[in-house]
Amino acid sequence: MADPYPTARAADSIVPPMVPRVARIAKRRREIADVVTLEIEGGAFDFAPGQFNMLTAFGVGEAAISVSGDPADGARLIHTIRAVGAVSRALTELHPGEPIGLRGPFGRGWPMQEAQGRDVIVVAGGLGLAPLRPALYRLFAEREKYGRIVLLFGARSPQDILFRDELEDWRGRLDVEVEATVDHARGDWRGNVGVVTSLISRTSFDPSRTLAMLCGPEIMMRFVANAFIEMSVPQERIYLSMERNMKCAIGWCGHCQFGPVFICRDGPVFPYSQLRGLIAKKEI
Amino acid sequence: MIESIEHIVKEHRFFAGMDAGIVQLVSGCAKNARFDPGQYLFHEGDGADWFYLLRNGRVAIELRDPARGAVTLQTLREGELCGLSWLVPPYRWTYDARAIDLVRAIAVDAACLRRKSEADPRLGYEMMKRFMPPLLERLQAARLQMIDIYGAHG
Repeated sequence: MADPYPTARAADSIVPPMVPRVARIAKRRREIADVVTLEIEGGAFDFAPGQFNMLTAFGVGEAAISVSGDPADGARLIHTIRAVGAVSRALTELHPGEPIGLRGPFGRGWPMQEAQGRDVIVVAGGLGLAPLRPALYRLFAEREKYGRIVLLFGARSPQDILFRDELEDWRGRLDVEVEATVDHARGDWRGNVGVVTSLISRTSFDPSRTLAMLCGPEIMMRFVANAFIEMSVPQERIYLSMERNMKCAIGWCGHCQFGPVFICRDGPVFPYSQLRGLIAKKEI
Repeated sequence: MIESIEHIVKEHRFFAGMDAGIVQLVSGCAKNARFDPGQYLFHEGDGADWFYLLRNGRVAIELRDPARGAVTLQTLREGELCGLSWLVPPYRWTYDARAIDLVRAIAVDAACLRRKSEADPRLGYEMMKRFMPPLLERLQAARLQMIDIYGAHG
């Protein structure tokens, strides 16, 4: 049977997979306090929604960052990065014209083919919206191939809402349902307050024709997956994008081993049915 | 056509599948209520004399903090239940509830329902079964909010 997911191609390529190519920052945009989107130019970029690149801040190090741009736009590569450690902070401090190292794309992305003909519920938490954005662009571009499209988004506070303008645009579409919620808000916030799981029980859908895509903190994904399972969505159709310590990105080094799988090579997107025995184990 | 309160109660999601006799008992304690945007359904410290089953509109559950003003803890909407403190002594609200939009609700007289529940354990048990899931859901939500899953450690 043909592999339904796009897979890592670098290992099959004639380009040594551990050698980064040099590209340049074309644009930099601050999204929220600690999150920056970089637009990279310098080649033809081909990736599938959900795949990631290894980005190098020269002299500092390399980090795995999901692509957050439109897969139909082969001329620009867009990454949205949160400054949490030395490498990601250095990446967020790059400015237009400066070089950046690039390896990839790697990994298996979102199951866009399997989603065709189904209702798709996308649940994003915090920066988890970034790896899901390419999937949303694809869903919108091929709108007629899917049933209902629902985006449920949770953030820490109103100030932490990522891609706010774009969310507003999507909310204005008649063919997409968008619900956002924040965990904490002042009294003057008119939007929804509550955890993202609460949005699932408020959404009516037919579990037999639903495919769910989840990305966010692991604990959030566990609870969201459980909510979908409670509502009888098959575990094989609940997809999660996992994050672990990815180093080589092609399954050589073992840093991102998660039980029997490597997140970089076998993921980062997995069906919940493949993870259910692992995801709640403290030792892994 | 004016709908009877019994019909409205029966149609509310919270009472789905409820035995007709129990619906009748609850309806005897219920009336329609309406709140304009910004109006408070109840305030922290007040007696929990009524609880509300929301039919339309959203309600913000708030706590007032001297340093930060009103902090919204949760937003409730159509089909949901507003007010759990009526179940447990001392029957006092521990937060404020403010209408965000025009809110229409079924207001249930808590003392009336408590009295009927004491007299008919079948009603009391049914109420417990229906109030426990949202109670646990809110406890779990509060835990997730408390650990700040989207924080820098996330």
